[in-house]
Amino acid sequence: MDLNRTNQAIPVIHDTDIVEARAAARSLASRVGFTETDLVLIASAVSEIARNIVEYTKGGEVILSVIHNHSRLGLQVIARDQGPGIGDLSLAMKDGYSTSRSLGLGLPGSRRLMDEFRVESAIGSGTTVTMRKWLA
Amino acid sequence: MRVPILKQGDYVIASIQSALTDEDLIQLRDGLASHVGKHRSKGVIVDVTVLDVMDSFATRTIRDLAQVVRLRGAKTVIVGIQPEVAFAMVQLGLELGEVATALDLEEALELLRHGPK
Repeated sequence: MDLNRTNQAIPVIHDTDIVEARAAARSLASRVGFTETDLVLIASAVSEIARNIVEYTKGGEVILSVIHNHSRLGLQVIARDQGPGIGDLSLAMKDGYSTSRSLGLGLPGSRRLMDEFRVESAIGSGTTVTMRKWLA
Repeated sequence: MRVPILKQGDYVIASIQSALTDEDLIQLRDGLASHVGKHRSKGVIVDVTVLDVMDSFATRTIRDLAQVVRLRGAKTVIVGIQPEVAFAMVQLGLELGEVATALDLEEALELLRHGPK
């Protein structure tokens, strides 16, 4: 398969989709050539952001793609939903902050697992999390 | 996906066979809690060797399970957290709290029989 043309979208609605999303991310990352440790870090980050979609919204999707920066290869994960949006982004990025009974480590935790991390959100129009990891 | 629960003397061993959904994890927690209640088990071992992700939900559910088991006067030992998974858990800020861990089944049984060295 041509990695450059790979652009995989996984619908995320139910908790079973979290397992699908992280398995797909792991599989694509493995084809890109990430180490076993990186595969686990990527799968864990995808698990947390997919969990946010299931926990807080009616559904969304995780889009996986292979990216390039000059000769460097990487994996991009976009998680987007049309949920309620995040009221206070800086608060949501703090360890331990949660509006549900979760541990509140999803966003800040995922950021630590990846190389690049960006959240865009507006009340009423959903949230998009973009994260990237580059091959060492 | 159901996790087989084996009774071995005073102990009960749950050996996870593949990736678990949230629903599977809740079933495992409740199944083990009721098993401990019914059979008056003294210890629970959960083997997570095959898991390549222990995210916030998995960690919380295992902590809850250990707490239920503790209230019943028994102990829980988690076995086989892979090195990469342990590293990811630290990065995510996840902690198992007072839940005991062991590298393999043998060490876990030793821990349940004789306590920490």
